[in-house]
Amino acid sequence: MNEAGYFLEHIGWIPLFPLASAALMLLLGRRLPKAAVSVACVGSVFVSFVYAAGAVLQLGARPAEERVFQKILFEWIPAIPYHGAAPGLSQFSADWGMLLDPLSSVMILVVTGVGFLIHVYSIGYMGHEGGYYRFFGYMNLFMFSMLTLVLGNNLLLLFVGWEGVGLCSYLLIGFFFLKKSASDAGKKAFVVNRVGDAGFLLGIFLASTVLGTIRFTDHGLEGAAKFSGMIDVLRSGAFHSGEAVLTAMAILFFIGATGKSAQIPLYTWLPDAMEGPTPVSALIHAATMVTAGVYMVTRMNALYQLAPEAMLTVAVIGGLTAFYAATMGLVQNDIKRVLAYSTISQLGYMFLALGVGAFTAGIFHLMTHAFFKALLFLGSGSVIHALSGEQDMRRMGGLWSKIPTTAWTFMAATLAIAGIPPLAGFFSKDEILWRTFAGGESGIYKVLYLVGLVTAGMTAFYMFRLVNLTFFGKSRVEHEVEHHIHESPSSMTVPLMILAFLSVVGGWIGLPHLSLFERWLEPVVAPVQAAAGAAEAGWSMVEAGMMLISVLVALGGIWLAYNIYLEREGLADQLAARWKGLYELVFHKYYMDEVYDSLFVNRTKDLATALGDFDRGVVDGLGVDGSATATRLTSRLSMWWDRWIVDGLVNLSGAIVRFASYPVRMVQTGLVQSYALVILFGVLLLLVVYLGWPAVSYVRTLLHSA
Amino acid sequence: MVQDLLSRLGMQLPKEFALILPQVQLGIFALGILLTDFLLDRKSRWWNAVLALAGVGFSGKALWNLRNLEDVSAYHSSIVVDPFAVFFGFLFLISAALVILLSVRYLEIEDEHHGEFYALLLLATIGMMFLATGSDLITLFLGLETMALSFYVLTGFLRHRKASNEGALKYVLLGAFSSGILAYGFSLMYGIGGSTNLARIAQAYAERSPGDPLVLISLVTVSAGVFFKIAAVPFHMWAPDVYEGAPTSITASISVASKAASFALLLRIFCTAFWPIRPNWEMVVAGVAVASMTIGNFGAITQSNLKRLLAYSSIGHVGYMLLGLVAGTPDGFKGIAFYLLVYVFMNTGAFAIVILLRREGVIGEDIEDLNGLISRRPVAAILLLIFMLSLAGIPPTAGFIGKYFIFLSLIETGHYVLAVFAALYIAPALYYYFRVVVHAWMREPGGAARPTISVAQGVALAACTLFILVAGLLPDRFINFAGTTLQSQFLQMILR
Repeated sequence: MNEAGYFLEHIGWIPLFPLASAALMLLLGRRLPKAAVSVACVGSVFVSFVYAAGAVLQLGARPAEERVFQKILFEWIPAIPYHGAAPGLSQFSADWGMLLDPLSSVMILVVTGVGFLIHVYSIGYMGHEGGYYRFFGYMNLFMFSMLTLVLGNNLLLLFVGWEGVGLCSYLLIGFFFLKKSASDAGKKAFVVNRVGDAGFLLGIFLASTVLGTIRFTDHGLEGAAKFSGMIDVLRSGAFHSGEAVLTAMAILFFIGATGKSAQIPLYTWLPDAMEGPTPVSALIHAATMVTAGVYMVTRMNALYQLAPEAMLTVAVIGGLTAFYAATMGLVQNDIKRVLAYSTISQLGYMFLALGVGAFTAGIFHLMTHAFFKALLFLGSGSVIHALSGEQDMRRMGGLWSKIPTTAWTFMAATLAIAGIPPLAGFFSKDEILWRTFAGGESGIYKVLYLVGLVTAGMTAFYMFRLVNLTFFGKSRVEHEVEHHIHESPSSMTVPLMILAFLSVVGGWIGLPHLSLFERWLEPVVAPVQAAAGAAEAGWSMVEAGMMLISVLVALGGIWLAYNIYLEREGLADQLAARWKGLYELVFHKYYMDEVYDSLFVNRTKDLATALGDFDRGVVDGLGVDGSATATRLTSRLSMWWDRWIVDGLVNLSGAIVRFASYPVRMVQTGLVQSYALVILFGVLLLLVVYLGWPAVSYVRTLLHSA
Repeated sequence: MVQDLLSRLGMQLPKEFALILPQVQLGIFALGILLTDFLLDRKSRWWNAVLALAGVGFSGKALWNLRNLEDVSAYHSSIVVDPFAVFFGFLFLISAALVILLSVRYLEIEDEHHGEFYALLLLATIGMMFLATGSDLITLFLGLETMALSFYVLTGFLRHRKASNEGALKYVLLGAFSSGILAYGFSLMYGIGGSTNLARIAQAYAERSPGDPLVLISLVTVSAGVFFKIAAVPFHMWAPDVYEGAPTSITASISVASKAASFALLLRIFCTAFWPIRPNWEMVVAGVAVASMTIGNFGAITQSNLKRLLAYSSIGHVGYMLLGLVAGTPDGFKGIAFYLLVYVFMNTGAFAIVILLRREGVIGEDIEDLNGLISRRPVAAILLLIFMLSLAGIPPTAGFIGKYFIFLSLIETGHYVLAVFAALYIAPALYYYFRVVVHAWMREPGGAARPTISVAQGVALAACTLFILVAGLLPDRFINFAGTTLQSQFLQMILR
């Protein structure tokens, strides 16, 4: 226990490598040659990965109950005692501390591993773009923020990472900032996320008052630094299940998660975020950042277990999002937008899992999704690269033989996400569906199961629609593009192959009833209260039947896509024409952007316009007004002089007194600048009086002694 | 009330809560007014004023419960409730009540009768009360800004009048400028003391050598910020423009309550942190006081706008009060407290007369608008005479007693030159105050109509007059009341 091992001791370094190279890029990057930028940025992420893997291995070598390692790097916000709602004196403090447990192990491996592959890919993909160093600087800054997010040992540090990834996301979405749609999308992402962040912040405040601490846990800490963490408080039995304050807290955290993880109602930013370069979509908007909400909810699972209403909310929102986003994915023509809606939908699955208490399944799906969705994005990037920037699937087709590596890796990922055994997506998705079905007595879980099942079918359908339109059929590629088609360089294809391998085998660690993954995460998601009769005991016929059903549904989706888009040409258009109203509704994303615009965005703009008018009216008016006042004052003064000269001797004493007030009025010009100047003059005067006298007397004593 | 309610709801509040209950009561009513305002149609907006008065009443009751406390620190010593704080708290509440009474009619005439007005007034009062109770730089600064921000808005409340907008903008800009300087000074104090607590800072200052430039710079910047708030020369430039532009009842509040609150801040800082370096600032404060009396009294002479005239006169009054600090004796501090108490009534009374002159279509702020008031509304003219006499410091009004204590303390401490200056400046003061009276009593009325007095205005005017006369003739009770401030620990420590 005392000897933690080299990598665990140096866990604080994991985020520092990318931070250092990000600093280098953003400060000096412009001067560096491209090769140096690539080596520094990709290398730093690789070193991070090595350190992360080392730390996880050393953690894994310990017995299961000791697999929590915490290291406080320094005291960030020193303890401030206060009377909170928790009994006794609460201490608000936050350390810059790292927490490595089975949950954050999974996260850092995904983040650094997939992140590294995407960095390698970016060398090829971004090679021709301007701002190469800037791109990698932001990417590395993102890696730092994301690692801080998952390694932070308290909510506030998590929030630092949370905001950091939001910032990097904004910067990278708007990377091509000369393109208006890109910078608009960046802004939209930022603003929508703020709404969620507000909820998250309130949740942090509430947690700190009610639980008296914002540290996650005190396990793995010793000595003076030790005081209880939130999870320990929650597990101590001080709170009852279903207490309103816990539900409120859980809902607030979930609001934060809906922003970052693009759930209803804050999902609208993610499709637009596809304006960013494709590696960004892969890294941030598929594999890592958008899963931060899932991670956070899992991290707080002890809280959610005590708040059943909140859990149900999470499940329902997740299920709805999964379904809703999948419908929109059915009709998109932009290859990346299909994937974006698919991401939202898959994130919905993860929340559905969390909501029914299958935290392990949620994280498992997070991991497998990171593999195959990163691969899908990178593959689509490779397609776009091959077609000189074309993203519209209506102008693709027949690419299978022209870019074979991209094609077969893409196919692997598609089969994985569609849920075809034995690929990764099958196991994670199937587990979620099964756990939803077995989630509880209430009929709502059965409904959610059906929603999930239908969504699975739609997933298979829209993914194969994408594959069919892109790789099969007749080529609809424009002529001048056609002869440029080429397979991507190996810096891009090798990451594709590695990810394809992971997409195929990545699910095997979670084979049902072998449950390596579940046992690994068990200490983190252990039930708070002794579970009443563990949900499923053994392999049942029902579970096997369920598996069969989901496979059949997936195959059905594939068969439909094959029929509509390959077998019978023109059928798609016929169908669209037949169900025109529905098609239009879905194609326009249910007009949600328009609704939000008219409800919130335009109202805000109105307010801004009104304030602008105020500025113009008052502030600009004042400059004109001020001079007018000054003129009027001077003219009044001259009139006064006239009267004084004409009247001559009114009253001598009165005149003297009046005269004395003249300078006062002269300075009182009515101009605010001159007023401020007088204040400044006053301060200087006081300074001279205070500091001048001692100086003079000092000089005088000097002269005397001389 | 709040505590009863909460305890009935099963919510336990820390005992410390009672100490800020007066502020909390005001806050609840301020928010309540913002809510109920929506339910009221134009004709019944005066219910807002009733609510605001109720808030002041409840707050006063809570404050009354604290009257016998001696130096209770709370919230990690960020506030301290002592007789000083209670005295000033009453001052603010009285001023707020008078201003509310005077505002109803005025706002109706201006067609700007909104609930926000009363809410902001109560919020400003919360800020003031925290200024008086704060014993920590953060609390003091927050109190100051709460007060100032509310007044910025209130100054610009007459949206359709250019002068009001102009005044508000100037107030904001210059206020921000001075707050910046003050915050700089506070940061230096924190740097020197290593704490935001005034008592700790005082210890640190006592250990420093008196000529330490850091100490002196912090002294300069902090005093510049505070002098701005009390409108002492040379930081007074904003006062005439703001006083003229603001709604008249708010002018009364700025000149009285805001000034008293800033004086509370001044005394808290100068009598704790800065007391060890008193030799450094004694002469400078005296200089500022004399400059304020000079500029204030001479500037007022040629003003033809009544609000500007009163603005300059209030600069002069600040000079007098600062002299009490220069003396630094029990009589001096008692003098400041009593002066401020009297000032609440006499200055508010003077502004109340200006408010009477405001009618549909008549701005009524020019000195000519007073012409022939004695024949148009004799009561108003007589009250005006009483207020002016008191402002000038003529016995048997209360204003005389205030000045008397200041002079007494100056003579006790051997500041004869200052005493002579202070006495001499009564001459120009008499000149311009009587110019006002002359217009009201001796000029022909012209065609102006009779001013009317609403019930609320009548109550406020009666209260002001009554106090000035009673406190002028039988001052003992009130002097004792002002004297309670001396029992505060921070004053006890320096007076021992």
